[in-house]
Amino acid sequence: MEDICFLPAHVLRERFCRREISAKEIVTVFLERIKQVEPKVRAFLTLCEEEALSQAERLDQALARGEEMGPLAGVPVALKDNLCLSGFPTTCASKILANFYPPYDATVVRRLREAGAIIVGKTNLDEFAMGSSTENSAFHPTTNPWDLSRVPGGSSGGSAAAVAAGEVPVALGSDTGGSIRQPAAFCGVVGLKPTYGRVSRYGLVAFASSLDQIGPITRCVEDCALVLQVIAGHDPRDATSIPGEIPDYRSSLASDLKGMRIGIPSEYLGEGVAPEIGAVVGEVAAKLTDLGAQVDYTSLPHTRYALPAYYLVATAEASSNLARYDGVRYGLRVPAEEAKDSMALTRKEGFGPEVKRRIMLGTYALSAGYYEAYYLKALKVRTLIKRDFDKAFAHFDCLLTPTTPTPAFRMGEKLADPLAMYFSDICTLAVNLAGLPAISVPAGKVGHLPVGVQFIAPPLREDKLFQVAYALEQVVGFPSWRPPLEVIA
Amino acid sequence: MKYEAVIGLEIHVELKTESKIFCSCRAAFGAEPNTHVCPVCLGLPGTLPVLNRRAVEYAIMAALALNCEITPYCKFDRKNYFYPDLPKNYQISQFDLPLAQNGYLEIDTPSGPKRVGIVRLHLEEDAGKLVHVQSGSSSYALVDYNRAGVPLIEIVSAPDLRSPEEARAYAEKLRQIMLYLGVSDCKMEEGSLRVDANISVRPAGSDVLGVKTEIKNVNSFRSLSRALAYEIERHVACLERGEKIVQETRGWDEERGVTFSMRSKEEAHDYRYFPEPDLPPLVIDAEWVESLRKALPELPDAKRRRFIEEYGLPENAATVLTATPEVADYFEETLKFYPQPRQVANWVMVELARCLNAAGISITASPVKPQALAQLLKLMDAGIISGKIAKDIFEEMFATGKDAESIVKEKGLTQITDEETIRQVVREVIAANPKVVADYKGGKEKALSFLVGQVMKATRGRANPGLVNQLLKEELSRE
Amino acid sequence: MLSRSEVEHVAALARLELSEEEKELFAQQLREIIEYVNILQELPTDDVPPLVHVVPLKNVWREDEVEEHLEVEEVLSRAPDREERFFRVSRVV
Repeated sequence: MEDICFLPAHVLRERFCRREISAKEIVTVFLERIKQVEPKVRAFLTLCEEEALSQAERLDQALARGEEMGPLAGVPVALKDNLCLSGFPTTCASKILANFYPPYDATVVRRLREAGAIIVGKTNLDEFAMGSSTENSAFHPTTNPWDLSRVPGGSSGGSAAAVAAGEVPVALGSDTGGSIRQPAAFCGVVGLKPTYGRVSRYGLVAFASSLDQIGPITRCVEDCALVLQVIAGHDPRDATSIPGEIPDYRSSLASDLKGMRIGIPSEYLGEGVAPEIGAVVGEVAAKLTDLGAQVDYTSLPHTRYALPAYYLVATAEASSNLARYDGVRYGLRVPAEEAKDSMALTRKEGFGPEVKRRIMLGTYALSAGYYEAYYLKALKVRTLIKRDFDKAFAHFDCLLTPTTPTPAFRMGEKLADPLAMYFSDICTLAVNLAGLPAISVPAGKVGHLPVGVQFIAPPLREDKLFQVAYALEQVVGFPSWRPPLEVIA
Repeated sequence: MKYEAVIGLEIHVELKTESKIFCSCRAAFGAEPNTHVCPVCLGLPGTLPVLNRRAVEYAIMAALALNCEITPYCKFDRKNYFYPDLPKNYQISQFDLPLAQNGYLEIDTPSGPKRVGIVRLHLEEDAGKLVHVQSGSSSYALVDYNRAGVPLIEIVSAPDLRSPEEARAYAEKLRQIMLYLGVSDCKMEEGSLRVDANISVRPAGSDVLGVKTEIKNVNSFRSLSRALAYEIERHVACLERGEKIVQETRGWDEERGVTFSMRSKEEAHDYRYFPEPDLPPLVIDAEWVESLRKALPELPDAKRRRFIEEYGLPENAATVLTATPEVADYFEETLKFYPQPRQVANWVMVELARCLNAAGISITASPVKPQALAQLLKLMDAGIISGKIAKDIFEEMFATGKDAESIVKEKGLTQITDEETIRQVVREVIAANPKVVADYKGGKEKALSFLVGQVMKATRGRANPGLVNQLLKEELSRE
Repeated sequence: MLSRSEVEHVAALARLELSEEEKELFAQQLREIIEYVNILQELPTDDVPPLVHVVPLKNVWREDEVEEHLEVEEVLSRAPDREERFFRVSRVV
């Protein structure tokens, strides 16, 4: 059973299409695995067992009829619970949406279904994707399968932990400042944040609209390419989605990197980054050089301004995006004599502390007298950060950085200090400000904990990311890593 | 001291698109509550706006008709405020880069034409509708989101208006232009045209602005000028007493004929505008603008000028006939079949207008179509019916929808032009009225019209009046 | 920098009722965060344009066509309170 649960998605699909295993068997095995590890990992908020089983049966019948199978046929997939799935709750791990059932599917969900994927459940997150540890869930925290006393990262901690624990081969997350890449790094799996606009945001509950992107979390790079292939592409329902053909990502998977120019921005190895992490990046650089790449140091001089600019832009947009949760049309309502008070009480009761803090910061940054000093200033700094990347990409095909400044931290360690928590995204959030694609791949371990490195490419060059990440995967061999989850059979 | 009023209007016009501005829901007025809604216009989590191209085109057309400069690069912004009729608790609007700026509108005033500046015109989404309910001791509100997301343009005038009459003329002219463009149906009673007024007064000749108040909730042009007149008087009285005007929003109470303060616990408005990240900017190139400009219909002023020049109509007739595009079209359509502008103008403005008013219907619903009116006028020209009978026939046409010829035939209303027939009647009338005949011969000219009337009566109005006159005189002189 | 009354003002703008403890906590935490983000003020940015849309798209729209609506029951089934075909809310002043 263990074997099937840790098989890559593309292998599962192959076996299913060759009729070596039925979709129903696949789903049954994964549901069994979920039941075994969930008491420890707590990655899921909702399971769709019946739906998943009947979807599997339909697939088995379709295969029996000789129908053509989609690229994810028979592959169980988990969705971060800020992605709308018709007929199931979409809670964003918030009390305010605890009973919210969307009447529609997100575009990515529709595309996954069309590709034959089987949705098995919705995963935990920091409330409204605001956080870096999945401790800000209104329901329960998720643990790191590699060390149950540590966080899985966040905000897509449920998705990353579920993949790491063998509960699903594929999960979708969302990434506003590192929310896919940071938990992927903490959990020893692959996580991709696509170019802004590459994947439709329709059906993703917005946190910060100009930064949010949906992306895959998988156990290997090939699966990541496969899933992006399915979910990417223009969507008329998202005016910020990019038109045009999607390249064949799997054709860029190759094990050598001859001629590839890779830059390491020195700012990403400075203050605040643990020396062990720096060492891992060094080892990766050496491996990439062995694979034929040309690795050099470079500079992104405005890096230290990314975090403050990010927190102003992200919270300003969030303060507006989260205004709709007022208890009038759906979700939680706390009654009061006047509608106005009912709204204020509903929001007091329904939002957790981090969400309130960010709404407050964002409202402040946009308010009269502060707009120019904070919000507008942050947008200008955003330009400077993007220009840094543009300059670097004149010389390099992609950039290499740590994904996180430290390995997974202990639960509760940073809860009382919001700024310390924000610093755990220090390596990832500039990418969102610039709208670039970036991937985190496991690169080694510090003690018993996996750590990841991040590759960043120019807009729409996800193919470069897959190329370098795949080559690295071949020498690191992380898909065979297993977290030490003792399962009581 | 003499005072002058300084008035500026903010007018919201709902655009007559099929679908809403950011989603594919129907934009039409009058549906059952909450039936024209979808996840997008309800602001459900995860939904995104996608701009309706036609809404942009309509807004550009409106801006061009108001002589505005189109902003080549404009964008949408979020206006943040909480209100139960606003599904996202922000309104997608335009802030620092509105779609158009710096236009003007010309109005007629007693002292001649006047240009009223237009500061800006921008595109935004409408909110839903709140119904306040008072039942027993409890009061609450009901919300219908059908209107949420209907496209609106907001048109802000410069503070160039100096009287309630000018304000009304401006608002009416603006409405007329929108109707000509066909971009809105501008029904104040349905809220597709909404007028807010900013008003202040100052000593005549001063160039310092006084403290202004804003009047909301006027639901007719008449209320607009009444509310402004009231408010000017209130401001002046206030200043005369040495009091200060409080800057505030005031409502208009139609029944009592007064404005009233709408201030509740006033929170400082801080809309925290910022660029809408879900919508890429609009780049409106000159080519697009020109193609829309070329496609603009003839506007009221131009049409009125043309009616005067081309058809030789007097100014007031041209004004009446260009009041709405439908009236003008009716007039010109009739001319195609009967090219006598003055005659047609009279019939449209007098007979047709009277019947339409009495029936309470619009000209497009007139049972008498232009071609039918032309046919009637032709019958009159040909001498087949008299002018008096033509009016009766018109009423019959209006009431029954029948054409003139069939009515004439059915009722035997053809004019009598046969000399002998008429002469016979004339002789009978002369014989029957010896005293009147004697009066006539005694020099009483007026007696003749009595005799004409008697002949017409005897022929049920069908005798050709010219012939009747001529034959009467002949017969009377023969005696 | 961030006084308690400012916290109350911002909370009112955000339609957020805060407890006394939250007001204290947020005043202090936001003060720290704002102090930190103030490093942005070191950067001269007078000639730098703001960046909102990282993807240079423009004029993205749909044609003016009507598509299906939600069923009114579907719409109102999520409402915390309703009356007939309306959403119902408390008194609005």
